[in-house]
Amino acid sequence: MVEYAMNHAWLIPLLPTLAFVAIIFLTRPWPLLSALIAVGAMLTSCFFATFTAIGVFTSPELTEKPLVYAVNWFNMPGMEINVGILLDPVSAMMMFMVTLVGSLIFIYAIGYMQDDPGYSVFFSYVSLFAAFMLLLVASSSLVEMFVGWEGVGLCSYLLIGFYQHKISAREAAKKAFITCRVADFGLLLGMLLLFWNFGTLDFAALAEKIPHFQQYNVSAATLALIAFLVFCGPIGKSGQFPLHVWLPDAMEGPTPVSALIHAATMVVAGVYLVARVMFLFHEVPSVMQLVAVTGGFTALFAATIAVTQREIKRILAYSTISQIGYMMLALGVGSLTAGMFHLWTHAFFKALLFLGAGSVLVALHHKADVWEMGGLLKKMPITGWTFLVGCIAIAGIPPFAGFWSKDEILLATLESGHYVLFAMAAFTAFLTAFYMFRLFFLAFTGAENPANHPKESPWVMTVPLIFLAIFSLVGGWVGTPWANVWSEWIFFGHPHHGEPNYMVMIGSVVLAGLGIYLAYYFYCADREKVKVRELARRYQGIYTLLYNKYYIDEIYLWLNHTLVDGAAKIFYLFDIYVVDGIIVNGVAAITGLFGEGLRVTATGRLQNYALVFFLGVLAVFVVLAFTSPLLAGPIWGGVR
Amino acid sequence: MGEFPVLLTILLAPVAAALIMAFLPREEKLLIKCVAAAGTFTSMALAFYTYFTYDTGTGGVQFVQQIPWIKDLGVTFYLGVDGVSLPLMLLISILGFSAVFASWNVDHRPRDFFILLCLLITGVMGTFVTQDLFIFLLFYEMVVIPIYILIIIWGSTKRVTKEYAGMKLTIYLLIGSAFLLVGVVALFMKTAGILGAPDMSFAGLARAAKSLSQFDQIWMFAVMLFGFGSLISMWPFHSWSPDGYAGAPTAVSMIHAGVLKKIGGYGLIRIALYVLPVGAQFWAPVMAFLGVCGVVYAAMAALAQKDLKYIVGYSSVSHMGYVMLAVGSLSVIGLNGAIAYMFAHGIMAALFFSMIGFIYEKTHTRWVPDLGGLHRQIPKISAGFMLAALATLGLPGLISFIPEFTIFIAAFNKYGGLAVAAIAGVIVTALYALRAGAYALFGPPREEYDHLQDIKGPELVPLVVLGTVLVVGGLLPSLLFNVINCGTIPLMAEINAALQIGGKF
Repeated sequence: MVEYAMNHAWLIPLLPTLAFVAIIFLTRPWPLLSALIAVGAMLTSCFFATFTAIGVFTSPELTEKPLVYAVNWFNMPGMEINVGILLDPVSAMMMFMVTLVGSLIFIYAIGYMQDDPGYSVFFSYVSLFAAFMLLLVASSSLVEMFVGWEGVGLCSYLLIGFYQHKISAREAAKKAFITCRVADFGLLLGMLLLFWNFGTLDFAALAEKIPHFQQYNVSAATLALIAFLVFCGPIGKSGQFPLHVWLPDAMEGPTPVSALIHAATMVVAGVYLVARVMFLFHEVPSVMQLVAVTGGFTALFAATIAVTQREIKRILAYSTISQIGYMMLALGVGSLTAGMFHLWTHAFFKALLFLGAGSVLVALHHKADVWEMGGLLKKMPITGWTFLVGCIAIAGIPPFAGFWSKDEILLATLESGHYVLFAMAAFTAFLTAFYMFRLFFLAFTGAENPANHPKESPWVMTVPLIFLAIFSLVGGWVGTPWANVWSEWIFFGHPHHGEPNYMVMIGSVVLAGLGIYLAYYFYCADREKVKVRELARRYQGIYTLLYNKYYIDEIYLWLNHTLVDGAAKIFYLFDIYVVDGIIVNGVAAITGLFGEGLRVTATGRLQNYALVFFLGVLAVFVVLAFTSPLLAGPIWGGVR
Repeated sequence: MGEFPVLLTILLAPVAAALIMAFLPREEKLLIKCVAAAGTFTSMALAFYTYFTYDTGTGGVQFVQQIPWIKDLGVTFYLGVDGVSLPLMLLISILGFSAVFASWNVDHRPRDFFILLCLLITGVMGTFVTQDLFIFLLFYEMVVIPIYILIIIWGSTKRVTKEYAGMKLTIYLLIGSAFLLVGVVALFMKTAGILGAPDMSFAGLARAAKSLSQFDQIWMFAVMLFGFGSLISMWPFHSWSPDGYAGAPTAVSMIHAGVLKKIGGYGLIRIALYVLPVGAQFWAPVMAFLGVCGVVYAAMAALAQKDLKYIVGYSSVSHMGYVMLAVGSLSVIGLNGAIAYMFAHGIMAALFFSMIGFIYEKTHTRWVPDLGGLHRQIPKISAGFMLAALATLGLPGLISFIPEFTIFIAAFNKYGGLAVAAIAGVIVTALYALRAGAYALFGPPREEYDHLQDIKGPELVPLVVLGTVLVVGGLLPSLLFNVINCGTIPLMAEINAALQIGGKF
């Protein structure tokens, strides 16, 4: 079976694609059948991915030399582009994670999307979403990956804007696509430069060539430029500062989509890309530094915003940005192991948190403000308790998954000697615990809001929550410092075993505990929330700045509407009044004037024409008589 | 030759349809439309047959048919296709068929409309299937007349009147062709004596032109560049294009933006580049520069538009800038990209215009602020519109991405920084394409459009045909490139050989 699965790994992205086609063209009128097709395809993919992962992890040589099945896509002299499947521990892990989390989200969506008029369409889109993500993960060349990359962009556009009649959804979808487009411009340039300098975009070939870049007459500066441009793509797709603006708005889509975007697909694509081309970044320490700083800064930056937000999904969105920042930080300090580990654990608890939020939203008829919730734990025990598991996991309390991966990141940052980044990451860990438990206490404990009549969601939604909660607990046990199997599977260069550093461990637990305690103090123990309101009033300026997300959206909006649209208007007016008005119509007018002038001669009187004709003949004769020796004789002779 | 004259049949099937229609009573509207559909369908089916039976192993000009015509001028009625012309021939046949169905609801003098449409299709087709310069020009001139009549009778008046639009477009085409004619006549005069017998075939002219002086090549190329350039709406000779499309009826916009423009690109490659390589080398940077200007300028102008047809009109000017840039790169990759992109753009522009045509037909407006929320009332049109918009912004997996990518590679290799400006165009393109979709189709539905009927029956044909090509071509780019390679590799080899000899002069 393992053998069979590895030879048929191309089925993993293909099956959800077929589900998409089948739903769109055949089963759209039957919602439940459509959902079953989508879930079935995803589960089958998951089945294949599981066995593929087993196969890959039992053949350690694949880390050195990935298994590639590729065929020619198109070629011409000087350009040969292949498509195929690349299997190594990183891609196998991703495929397994995407299909597993994806399947659970799909099952959840069966309940969540109930009675939605776009039920079938929804399942077709999410299938396509998963398919593109799996293509991206499995691809053996950068061009192929770019197809998946833009494909997930498209699907997120379709799904964020799923409630198309809402203007906010429409705008959010557009914003997501265009923000990522700006970033992809950089990625595209990076790809072109890579192709120009190395003549290929296959990962395997690039991995062989780039470490010896001097042999290809590539300067270190060029390589740094390439790495920087390639990194632009992940900045957009993974919602890193300064292109993070689209991700919080992405919550306009149905909640299962948010879970997909934030956990299994889309945003982790950027992290995966950096990991995939680690051989490139590894050669340019300066860009690695940039990756680390971007990640560390984003982690802290987003966490500060999350502290003040009120909408449940918006808080989670900023927490995603922050957590992805952690992953980038890990990659930037050179620990692929830690970065991918956090990606893995994050997928479970973030999917759990979003689906839990979805369950809450359904119960409260989409009232999203956490300040208007309260006391939900009693009415929605499964949602509540699993949500608590998610909060503990993300806050980093052992033995839950988030603790182990965050610990690895802190450790890697410390060991690489980035003390400032380490401090930032540690402080972020504190903030994370604080804002997550702020959310939890506000929503699930305290007095019930009498306006709400919540009731627990059906089993089709709660069962995936339970599964995800279990994974959020045990998912990190593969990478504990004492038995670190993870680092033997997934690494760059050679496996790195960090010594268990108890200082870091204890420190991060203390910070998380402090965050939780503060949240408890302000939002649970203090029933009337007097102290926190007082705090917000005293630091009004900071609060407003954070609540308005540092006004970055406003700045971009201004740029877009003033600069871009202004320039567009100028170009258009230039076109109408200069190119068209003066030049084209000018030429036409001059031609017209000539016509008017010549009209004077067109009198219609035969005598006039005869006169002109006679004068013309005379003129010809005169000219010829003086110039042409051949005709001069007869003419002058006639005169004589 | 005992073989079935397949190219001649492709060329004449629409003419046959036009002749039959001429003898039908004008009240038989349905019958007339069916005849037009049958004629263009025959053409399309045979074009597909030709495309897939073209022997890529052998390459070169195939399906040849030669009938000597004017001996003194060396003119032969010479039909034949190779990797450069075959995709474009296929394109016009697909668009011709789709255009008939996009015009299914034409009620004003349908007989005259479809006769002219069929003649237009034949004219465009003729330019692609011939290998003789004289015949090429003949068909090219034949195109102008139906276009003009179609616009001024069946067109629409918005920002500019349809008479202005038709006149502007026609005059531009004629000025372009006048310059072209100067170049062609000069070329013929200068080369006529060289080979003994005069020869107007492309290959013959290319052979003869090798003896031209560098100066002659340069000025002749300049004249042709102006001629073909204004046809392909090269910046700054583009302003006929948005106005012309806005004024034209749907089918004409589809065919004009889809293929007629491409005669310019095709002529540049097939005639100007092939016959005058030394001139081409001299002007290549200029072509690339004007191309980039066009890309950026028109994309920005498109951003400021509120009329759907103007958006697509400027967008097509912008996209043709990519073609100019690719031709200016003078490389196999660039030419491959240029031809593939012309094909891709033809399909997506036609889909765009046909969907806009339906929207206009149903809502009687193309003004974006007056639209909105249409996805609820007319989901199929909206799906087609979005498909076209996504192809316009070069979404991978749709037909336009790979050609665009090849163009970028070629341009980047040759022009570096200049190419970056053109590549930045993809951001602006995404901006205007998505805005158009968002404001016209999404958002809250409007009551006044509740009664609208979505497309059904014959109206679905353009969406199905063009949509299929759009997706299949995007997933299997080798379908295009395997054929195009057969044309561009020998072409570029000839050009490179000529440039090396040219160095000796």
